[in-house]
Amino acid sequence: MSIRDGDFIDQLRSTENSRIGLYALLLAGIAFYLFPVETAVMTMFKTESAFARTLPFAPPGADGFTLDALATAWNTLRPGLVNSLLMAIPATLVSALLGSMTAYGLTTISWRGQVGVVVLIIAGIFIPYQAVLVPLAQFWFQVLPGLLNGFVNTVFGFITGGNWQYPSRNGYVQLLQLSITHAAYGIPICTLLFRSYYQSISDEMIEAARLDGASAFSIYRNIILPLSLPMFAVTLIYQFTQVYNDLLFALVLVNEPASQVATQRLAALTGGVVQSFNTTMAGAIVAALPTLLVYIMFGEQFAKGVAGE
Amino acid sequence: MREILSRLLATGGRLRSAVSRDESDGDQLATDGGATVKTTRRDSLRNSLPIEWELIESAPFWLPPVLFAGFFVYGAIAWNFLLSLTDYNGLGGAQYETFDFSMYSRLLSDGAFWQAAQNTVVLLVVFTVLCLALGLFVAILIDQQIRFENTFRTIYLLPMSLSFVVTATMWAWVYNARNGVLNQLLRGFGLEGALVGLLRPAGVNAEVIQWLSWNTTALAAVIFALIWQFSGYAMVVFLAGLRAIPTEHYEAARVDGASTVRLYARVIIPQLRASAVSASVVLMVFALKAFDFIYALRGSQPGANMDILATMMYRVAFDSLQWAYGSAVAIVLFALALLVIGPYLYSEYRRGEL
Repeated sequence: MSIRDGDFIDQLRSTENSRIGLYALLLAGIAFYLFPVETAVMTMFKTESAFARTLPFAPPGADGFTLDALATAWNTLRPGLVNSLLMAIPATLVSALLGSMTAYGLTTISWRGQVGVVVLIIAGIFIPYQAVLVPLAQFWFQVLPGLLNGFVNTVFGFITGGNWQYPSRNGYVQLLQLSITHAAYGIPICTLLFRSYYQSISDEMIEAARLDGASAFSIYRNIILPLSLPMFAVTLIYQFTQVYNDLLFALVLVNEPASQVATQRLAALTGGVVQSFNTTMAGAIVAALPTLLVYIMFGEQFAKGVAGE
Repeated sequence: MREILSRLLATGGRLRSAVSRDESDGDQLATDGGATVKTTRRDSLRNSLPIEWELIESAPFWLPPVLFAGFFVYGAIAWNFLLSLTDYNGLGGAQYETFDFSMYSRLLSDGAFWQAAQNTVVLLVVFTVLCLALGLFVAILIDQQIRFENTFRTIYLLPMSLSFVVTATMWAWVYNARNGVLNQLLRGFGLEGALVGLLRPAGVNAEVIQWLSWNTTALAAVIFALIWQFSGYAMVVFLAGLRAIPTEHYEAARVDGASTVRLYARVIIPQLRASAVSASVVLMVFALKAFDFIYALRGSQPGANMDILATMMYRVAFDSLQWAYGSAVAIVLFALALLVIGPYLYSEYRRGEL
């Protein structure tokens, strides 16, 4: 194959041009994906008069700069942030551990008919939560308190005198209920993530351990669990983001103002009558802070979790 | 020293299992010698069982979590269906006395339901198709052996790590009629007047585009923001698909002298079918769940143009306390989700991918 010099230079030039075009497009992509975040950050440092006067994506001038909006948003959202973390961290840990156990029982140990259980679990990932909302409210606010009241007052009636009431209105109880709910709905996706990972682990090691007489539990404890640590990172990061970001379950299950989570408080701030965009933008950034930090630190794991879905 | 100790222990383990027939098979120290004895014993035990030993052995791991999740997922859906057959409404507990399909016949004659159903389907289809297209385009850009690939990918995926409530708050500001970025940019380019004339609904008298309240733009505005948030997801899936294609395919097409456009259209994109299918299933389910976004944007009464089944269900059940009616809407939403995932799971099962 012989290329004349002129052709070669033309080709080089055209690839160079197309490289420039490529990077221009990629930079335009950055502008597209970041501009709402960028305008939010700029706006949260502006005074009321400044954000109406200036371009939303321009930085605030010296006269229009303020930290008041950020302070207001921080004070409004801080209790919500604490509640969100209190609720989301245990829910995430429980989902990930149970998901790993389920995946082990349904992948590494194989038995006839397990695919049926797998189908049910995978379908569980895609359930629209609306389809379970009314029963959830029924369960946590009517049925469970009724059952527990009956049980406690019958068995421990000599102490309670039949007057014990399940503390449905207690803020921490509501957060616990929300956390348990999230843990349950997180199991399917966590199982799927661990399952595809366990399918890639070679059988030989496990077979050898089994021939040595190791029990299912000791194989899980000593082989599978240590090997799963990178997958735990992926699952915990992905699932934490999902639970922290949710609004719907919290709206239904938490009605005590003191125990509202961050997304609820932000929604209340945004839905307020007066639209002070500097405060709402500050609220958005504050509420996004935990997931943003997690994302910036563990973006790679998050991407793996996303791709596994 | 350590070797002797472990050998001693191993002998002990072997003796124990041989003499006392101890069933402590969690004992890691039992090595080959003991294993034969144990395996035969366990085999005879296994053969006498009516069900597979592996099923029993694995049950402690998967059964409790499956029951826990199953109660909340499938138990709740069955319960929801039962509730949709009652007339339960108002404060207080549910009454399970009469069961009929009256809530479903009420749905059929409810204009708000049809409007919400239509919006849901439009959102589902338009959002999914455009998200896939944009995601594929961005994935191909990133796949050109660029520098800082990780940085670009991380930034493009960032919106997906944000809560719907956060993104809705940001987009409310972008779409703000008077000072929002979008209208300011259009104003800067001198396009605002023309667009107002083009988009303004009949009978409305406004000089600025109210993206979120005009019936001509409300749903499109939501779809656009959701595409912004989720096209990064489609990109990740397509990128994984692109990386799985052997390089020979690219080289063969290059040797044949195919242009880049032809290379992708004829050779590469057809091989991304599996990625496209799995991405679109997940995206459609995201679209069905877009409740959080719309609720944060407009509350539980987003108006007829932005109302989807998910917001309608919440409003009917939790604002108006018409629990049975809300449950019926929820069942329709569930049926829609089944329509999406049922065929997908079935084909995965047929291909042995589960």
